Amino acid sequence: MGYTITEKIIMKNTGQVAIKPGDLTTVNVDRAMVHDIFIPFVVSKFNEMGFDKVWDPDKIVLVYDHLVPTSFIEDSRHHKIGDEFAAAHGIRAVHRADGICHQLMPELRYVVPGQIVFGTDSHTTTYGAVGALSTGIGYTEMAAIFGTGKLWIKVPSTIKFIINGELPKGVYAKDIILRILGDIGSDGAAYKAIEFAGATIENLSIASRMTLCNMAIEAGAKFGVVAPDAKTFAFSGGDKAAYQHLQSDADAVYERVVEYDGSTLKPVVACPSNVDNISDVTDLLGTRIDQGFLGSCTNGRIEDLEVAAKILKGRKVASFTKLIVTPASRSILAEAVKKGYIKTFIEAGAIIQPPACGLCCGRSGGIVSDGERVIATNNRNFLGRMGSPKSEIFLASPATVAAAVIEGRIVDPRNYLP
Amino acid sequence: MGMTIGEKILARASGKATVNPGEIITAKVDYCMSNDGTTHLNIDIFEKKLKADKVFDPDKVVFIVDHNIPAESPKSAEVHKKMRRFAQQHKLNFFEGAGVCHQIMLEQFVVPGQLIVAADSHTCSYGALGAFGTGVGSTDFSAVMKSGEIWLMVPETIRFNLHSEFKPGVTSRDLILKILGDIGANGAAYKIMEFGGPALKKMTIDDRIVLCNMAVEAGAKSALIEPDEQAVEYVKSRGRAPLALFTSDPDAKYEAVYDYDLSALEPIVAIPHNVDDVHLVAEYSDVKIDQGFIGSCNNGRIEALRLAAQILKGQKIQPYVKLLISPASNEVYLEALAEGLVDIFIESGAIMLNSNCSVCWGSCQGVIGEGEVLISTGTRNFKGRAGHPNSSVYLASAAAVAASAITGKITDPRGFLAHE
Amino acid sequence: MSSFTGKVWKLCDDIDTDIIIPTEFLAMKSVEDMKKHAFHPLRPELAALIQPGDIIVAGKNFGCGSSREQAPEILAALKVGCVIAKSYARIFYRNAFNNGLLLLENDQLYDLCNEGDELTVELEKGQVHLGERTFQVAAIPPDLLQMVQDGGLVATMRKLNKK
Repeated sequence: MGYTITEKIIMKNTGQVAIKPGDLTTVNVDRAMVHDIFIPFVVSKFNEMGFDKVWDPDKIVLVYDHLVPTSFIEDSRHHKIGDEFAAAHGIRAVHRADGICHQLMPELRYVVPGQIVFGTDSHTTTYGAVGALSTGIGYTEMAAIFGTGKLWIKVPSTIKFIINGELPKGVYAKDIILRILGDIGSDGAAYKAIEFAGATIENLSIASRMTLCNMAIEAGAKFGVVAPDAKTFAFSGGDKAAYQHLQSDADAVYERVVEYDGSTLKPVVACPSNVDNISDVTDLLGTRIDQGFLGSCTNGRIEDLEVAAKILKGRKVASFTKLIVTPASRSILAEAVKKGYIKTFIEAGAIIQPPACGLCCGRSGGIVSDGERVIATNNRNFLGRMGSPKSEIFLASPATVAAAVIEGRIVDPRNYLP
Repeated sequence: MGMTIGEKILARASGKATVNPGEIITAKVDYCMSNDGTTHLNIDIFEKKLKADKVFDPDKVVFIVDHNIPAESPKSAEVHKKMRRFAQQHKLNFFEGAGVCHQIMLEQFVVPGQLIVAADSHTCSYGALGAFGTGVGSTDFSAVMKSGEIWLMVPETIRFNLHSEFKPGVTSRDLILKILGDIGANGAAYKIMEFGGPALKKMTIDDRIVLCNMAVEAGAKSALIEPDEQAVEYVKSRGRAPLALFTSDPDAKYEAVYDYDLSALEPIVAIPHNVDDVHLVAEYSDVKIDQGFIGSCNNGRIEALRLAAQILKGQKIQPYVKLLISPASNEVYLEALAEGLVDIFIESGAIMLNSNCSVCWGSCQGVIGEGEVLISTGTRNFKGRAGHPNSSVYLASAAAVAASAITGKITDPRGFLAHE
Repeated sequence: MSSFTGKVWKLCDDIDTDIIIPTEFLAMKSVEDMKKHAFHPLRPELAALIQPGDIIVAGKNFGCGSSREQAPEILAALKVGCVIAKSYARIFYRNAFNNGLLLLENDQLYDLCNEGDELTVELEKGQVHLGERTFQVAAIPPDLLQMVQDGGLVATMRKLNKK
């Protein structure tokens, strides 16, 4: 009997020869990531638990991204605690202003195919895009990992999404994942692994695959995975031969297999206030929006900025409307500067933010008031996520967001593409 | 007897042939401007207390969102929403996120000879273009929005004659800090600070803005520089024409006259917690910093960014230091992009902010925590100004801030410019 | 702990962790400070009304969204007796047990009880009583139950480190 890629990675990690969904097992952690919001809590629990040293300082990555730049007087305390802990325990991978954790982890190759990685953030599922098993946990469990290097998990069953067919113009990875979330619901993959496969997926860039895996958690999934291929090898480096086994067997057992014809997909939008409340963009035309947000670990990469820049070139953000652009990492920002995208955005009247989580986590960076509406490229639109509980958030692709801010209303992005 | 430029502007604005210091006049304003620091109060007074239903002239009223942009709380967002509503209703000039207010005003509205009133203290900046700018409170502002007029007492003028030129690594920022240190935080209380002299010819508009901008820190009502070809060129290149080109008469009366030899100056730092507590940067080189800031209406223009980029090129800032850089407007940001300065800043590890007042006024972005030390090109260093009540702010030039971010301690920038 | 009674507070489907504790309160110094703001966007008055031993009854997917552990931590700090939901989001599930917060699952109770009702939980039998009616709850793995009784994962790790 064959195995899924998820089962294979767990077996290789634990040395077990036969596992099945539902089994409890203890895995060896290949990398652990903590971002600035939760650093004081991890450190506190670690000390309370009575550990003297971390299991392996080279396997820990600290990223300051939610509180960059600092917006309140308590914020830099988190950074100071991180700096002290890193110095005390010999942790060298500390990124203080380099971008969002989930962008840096694969970008800087802290995660490579076949690894098992945990982070104190729900969107840790993102790294499945490079063929790793990665998922979010709380800070108490992270403290236990810091001390022991291990974590118990329940082997998940896998739902496989096979997508074939060429994506039409104006339809992107964000539209794929929103469509899936709309169809299976916000708990439609609870406790499961999601596997994305098919010709459409193979044609996606790593950046687009990150968009898919990033939002796996919004269906309640434990892991979101794309089997590694030549693109992954180019992105993550390493030995191509080592990736050969990281493919699901043809006779692997899945809980469910769902097929999509990519050529029938359309631009969609997640409406307030649930990520699975999906409508076609054409059903929302004319909806007034006050602010656009282009960024986050979901859609803050160079290909996302490129699409938006192509739409905004020579155009302006509508009056009494704002566009906030927050690239996902320092290197993406540098590339966007070189390619002239930042120039295009500023000429259009956008507000450029430093690479960080910004508005997505709802702490700062464009908070909105009663009655205001945001259309955003991030991954959550829960009630009050970006400020007032009487505000509304629509989630969409970078193209849909860029087109919307030109008019100050939701419009069909396909009419604005060059 | 002759008049100073300030007196001439006020005479024109009040429709009088002459005015004298001490005299109360009623003057018509050419523009009034309000930002998101106080506009919500101004709107309330206008609508609820004055019960006014229209502004005196929508073309002459400017609302600018610059302090807390992008908003860090529903409260700030509510203020911005209120400003948008009023601006739309009354068809005012409106800017949100385009730049800090005084930079927008200078780029888009100010011309020599105008009288401009704003609900923000650094309105004295417009003296750089030979316009009389002064900051007022909410009640005054709301009344001006309704009537287009303001009562004023004509201030006396103090004259500062500037001689020679700056040595490398010394800038107009160091000059204004030195002047503030010499005359004190009350040294020009209710006066106009007028800058001139032979050095002026070589001083750019940016230099002039740096000087005029901080006049209010000495208590001044306004600051002025007689507009010359540079000032005329600045406004003409933007499609505007001067209103009037006033100069101070040779027999104008000054309350005091000071002379400054620019070549004798060295880099200056104002230490916590007073802007007039100034010393040589070199005397504070043991002080570790947590954060540096280059920006603000005082020192956020292309000249300051160029100097910072010169120092930061090929260097990395200290890992524990945050260097925040905020161009004073989108126009400045675009210039910095075109000149490759932003590439240098990103490469060095600095944090590029949008154009806003945040770090200078200690809210929204770049807020410092307990015990932290900030070295900044902002305008004020009162206790708690940049964040936590128990934090410290040192004011210095963009060059000194850049150099300090590299070493992690307050640093004289001349060491980094020695190869010039 | 094997048997207890509590008053019901009823919440709907998909209660996410941003509702349980909004981001703006996450940098507060302690959970004691934060707990006053529980459920703020949805029911700002609720945190002050919850008494020790009260029971939260909720719909599906309780605790979805962000992994913030402060969410179950403040429910534990409010001394909520237990949560009985139709289903739970997975990160929240683990975080709750790690913090000594008991989570029970039943998908019928929700539609049949009202806010203010009294429920009696009999853990050993795996039963919840609402008046005359009895509902079965899914069995909890014994080591998780032990961890709740110990007080959470910190207690378990302290034992490991002999502290």
